[in-house]
Amino acid sequence: MTDPSTPARAWVFGDDVDTDQIIPSRFIVSSDPDDLGQHPFNDLRPEFSESVERGEFVVGGHNFGSGSSREHAPLSLVGAGVAGVVARSFARIFFRNAINLGLAVLICPDADRIADGDEISVHLDDGTVVNHTADETYDAEPLPPFLQDLVERGGLVPYTKSKLSED
Amino acid sequence: MTGKTLAEKILAEKSGTDARAGDYVEAAVDVMMAHDVTGPLAFQTFREVTGDDAELFAPERTVLTIDHHAPADGVQAANNHNSVRGFAAEFGAVQYDVGDGICHQVLIEDGFVAPGDLVVGADSHSTTFGGVGAFGTGVGSTDLGTAFATGELWFRVPETKRFEVAGDLPDGVYAKDLILKFIGDVGFAGATYDAVEFGGEAIRGLPIHERIVLSNMTIEMGGKAGLVEPDERVARFLAAGNGDVRAADVDTSLAPDDDAEYDARFTYEGSEIDPQVSKPSNPENAVPVTAVEGTEIDQLFVGTCTNGRYEDIRLVADVLEGERLHPDVRMVVVPASKAVYRKALESGVLETLIDAGAIFQTAGCGPCFGTHSGVLGDGDVCLATANRNFPGREGSMESSVYLASPATVAASALYGEITDPRAVETRRYDDYRVADREGVSS
Repeated sequence: MTDPSTPARAWVFGDDVDTDQIIPSRFIVSSDPDDLGQHPFNDLRPEFSESVERGEFVVGGHNFGSGSSREHAPLSLVGAGVAGVVARSFARIFFRNAINLGLAVLICPDADRIADGDEISVHLDDGTVVNHTADETYDAEPLPPFLQDLVERGGLVPYTKSKLSED
Repeated sequence: MTGKTLAEKILAEKSGTDARAGDYVEAAVDVMMAHDVTGPLAFQTFREVTGDDAELFAPERTVLTIDHHAPADGVQAANNHNSVRGFAAEFGAVQYDVGDGICHQVLIEDGFVAPGDLVVGADSHSTTFGGVGAFGTGVGSTDLGTAFATGELWFRVPETKRFEVAGDLPDGVYAKDLILKFIGDVGFAGATYDAVEFGGEAIRGLPIHERIVLSNMTIEMGGKAGLVEPDERVARFLAAGNGDVRAADVDTSLAPDDDAEYDARFTYEGSEIDPQVSKPSNPENAVPVTAVEGTEIDQLFVGTCTNGRYEDIRLVADVLEGERLHPDVRMVVVPASKAVYRKALESGVLETLIDAGAIFQTAGCGPCFGTHSGVLGDGDVCLATANRNFPGREGSMESSVYLASPATVAASALYGEITDPRAVETRRYDDYRVADREGVSS
């Protein structure tokens, strides 16, 4: 996973960006992150899949990732090399899937202060988002302890593996 | 200490903890489900966590369906189907194939889900199971793949919002109208992270096939689960179903405590509810049908896990009996399961609809998945009994989808434009609500 504390470009989206828009149905015949990573936002914003670079960020408004439970949505962002997603709020299943996959997601009430193309960095340790272009720092909601523990163990797969080996 | 909501009670039972809203618990899962889109990724996770000695925790409660790309619309989809079949054969999971029907429908039909169960499905509409009093919730493939191996998952115990409807619903108004109104009132994200309870006299009076509609669309307000308190009607419904896998001894004693703590309560008077239509491109854009009457449509779609049950299709047939679709529209009917298809065939409903000019397709998700079976082109307008009308949901990003009840879709089919179902003889709808009392299960 790319380090989100390295400053990089933000791609800004609006409210209620749903999973169909993140990865249209016709592309989810594959479960391979590299394949899926070719197509995020293919219909909504085609230039994203053409020119996003590893380490860049997606910034959403309210209710980012609403709709389907398809994990292909966060997985396509992982495949495209996105370092993290910052949004004013997330849909539940998307948020959970992203954590399970180890994709950095932060709920940030000030996400609307980030403009398309701004250079930002995301700091999970202290729960902040730095906007280097605007020279501002925004507080984000820290993950609850249970989820921090899950993330520290590397996500749900390593967590479950270690649990199974204890049994 | 206050009492508990339905969600807190189920998660307390399954986790062996007190399970109050806000707690994180690890809970035993009763049924685990994936389909042809989300299954392959879950299989990868399962293999990764289990390694060489892979074994399903509970193969008889691990259910795989092939419903989204059914029949396969391309080689990759067909390969995914083979991956589902191969996994089921290798590990002994229960498997449904092309044409058997939509995951949520077949699980309920075949008695996999009983009141009080905790059900996880790698499909967001797994909230559907709340219609029979189960905590059903949608998860991703990583969650599901690990649950396959361990039979449990982590959950945050949700706060609960309660919707109560007093009195009776007027003619022409159905559960679909209620849920569209609720979503319109609280918004598309209005119940994010929350469980939702549906109660009150009008909801207690709903047959199971309608309660399921409420639970199914709870995800369209962001809800984690949508529960209707189970009663004797659920027990009769499950007993009349196709299977007795787990429903043989249905406990209907589950109820929220009188002093349960709710995040919010919303109360309605049933008689004041109008038929609703959700305008493009979000389910929250619900308006009374009168606000969009006359909107011209190109396609009508009757189906999906929301309203593709026998009673829904029969209602449409009752309205269209002896009539023809308006010449400017086409109607795609996709039964939610093979059992629904068979009932439509044997009861003459299929013939009625074919005579009226409709097209019947293989049981499954149909065009709601947006890749096959009647997708929309640029500029097309569809009125659907489906649950979502996001941009491009049923095909072109330049198409529009309106959501409504089967009654509104049927009335609109006659006129080629969105039509108030109350304008069409309402006696035609009478049987709809009593259907499962006659032992006609969805």
